[in-house]
Amino acid sequence: MSQTTATLPEIGSIEPNQHGYRTFTLGSFGFSRDEYFAHVVWPKGRHMLPVDAFLRALQRDIAWGFFYGIVNFDAVVGTVNHYGSVDLFAGRFNAHYRKAGVDHSERFTTPLIQRVFEAILDDWTNAGFDPFASPAETGLAFGPKNGSNKEAITRHRVTAKRMIGAPGDEPLRTDDNGFPVNRHFRDVPQDTPEVRAEPGFEDEVVSFNLFAYLSRSDVTWNPSIVSVCNASLYCPTTEEYILPVIHGNDRVEWFVQLSDEIHWEVEDRDTGAVRARVTMKAGDVAAMPADIRHRGFSPKRSMLLVWENASPELPALYASGKMPPTPVQF
Amino acid sequence: MAQQHRTRFGSLAHYEKGGVEVINDDARNYVFSNIFEVASKSKPYEKVAVGKNIEYVIEAIRTEGTSGWRAPAQDEFALVMDGEVEIRLLKLENPGVVPAATRGSVGLAGTPAGRTMGVVRARRGHMTLLPVGAAYQFHAAQPGVLLLQTLAGADTVERWADICQTTSRR
Repeated sequence: MSQTTATLPEIGSIEPNQHGYRTFTLGSFGFSRDEYFAHVVWPKGRHMLPVDAFLRALQRDIAWGFFYGIVNFDAVVGTVNHYGSVDLFAGRFNAHYRKAGVDHSERFTTPLIQRVFEAILDDWTNAGFDPFASPAETGLAFGPKNGSNKEAITRHRVTAKRMIGAPGDEPLRTDDNGFPVNRHFRDVPQDTPEVRAEPGFEDEVVSFNLFAYLSRSDVTWNPSIVSVCNASLYCPTTEEYILPVIHGNDRVEWFVQLSDEIHWEVEDRDTGAVRARVTMKAGDVAAMPADIRHRGFSPKRSMLLVWENASPELPALYASGKMPPTPVQF
Repeated sequence: MAQQHRTRFGSLAHYEKGGVEVINDDARNYVFSNIFEVASKSKPYEKVAVGKNIEYVIEAIRTEGTSGWRAPAQDEFALVMDGEVEIRLLKLENPGVVPAATRGSVGLAGTPAGRTMGVVRARRGHMTLLPVGAAYQFHAAQPGVLLLQTLAGADTVERWADICQTTSRR
């Protein structure tokens, strides 16, 4: 591992390439795109990803602040979050790249890699393509440079301080504030709980319809914090089609399937060897161990409750082996 | 013609369960269970952990009849997964009924002294804040299910071997 790079390079080329897109560098990594593909190069190798998949992964990596642990864009390229710095890697979690000695990793300060990734996303996202939307609800990412979609790629990230709808906290979603019910959730009841607060207790007697709230989500595969119990965070999300990243855990996380179903492919975090397939239907609960990576497939838009423990000491405890990778032994 | 999509929720009366298909692993590593199946086999208001993350738990609670009063040591959150639940809240006159080292919540004998804060009548999908400094009581005329976000406490029931898948599903 090289030392952390914090020096701000030129964000990207000034002149666009023949397809209208700028080219970017970050350390010894290079990024360019053509009409169909994102190209990533590093000193010992090169890699191509479909540009729609690349932008969907990049969007989530940025929006999640590099998330918990590893965000694999695919089986080759991705990031590791060290919470203050981030590794950008190629082949690091691919047994074959490792064996061939063509893997590469560099560490950057979080603000630096964030800024470069945001610049790539901004330049390479065309008008009409929304990386957060399901494929059925957005236009194409392909083709020569065609405008931009800054509104879609700079959405507000929902992070409740106590609970959605509590006084001073994140607001509910309504037609009026731009969140109509999604086409797959038109049958989800929009009723509200009956709340009768005595005078003086209006701020503490609080309830809302979480399922209605989720039915109005305009994004997919984007966990948002809706309730906070110390470091225990409820991060529900609506899922459709394929999780655009393969998430490698640095701690245990839990899934509660609230509606419909998702199929998870689970692999060894470090090698990519397949370990299990987990099918979750409404009411099912499952843990994702701290030493795996996973990718979800949701045939219909579904509601998934992602439950996280945000305690900052956890990655070190798991990495050192002081904590077993599974949450419960029985 | 636009396709009509049907959203599938579970209930005590009807739920389908997925499962773990092992390729090279132990099914127990996924601690796989189903909230409705757990609640269908629980006593009313038994606090059965279906997820555990160090000190934190999520509990599947069968709501049926009237619960005892409880007081949380921190905010808790109750999500109705099935049925209808009345949640009664009371501001504790003496917050000291919750010992300082408490995790999760404590059960209280009888009705604690304090001011009525209000009542929430919640149905499937509704999430309600159970605030620290208050006591709460549940009432359900018909059996239902709550999912509670809290910390593992003295009354949390852990029976993982009974509720979880232990071998591969084929």
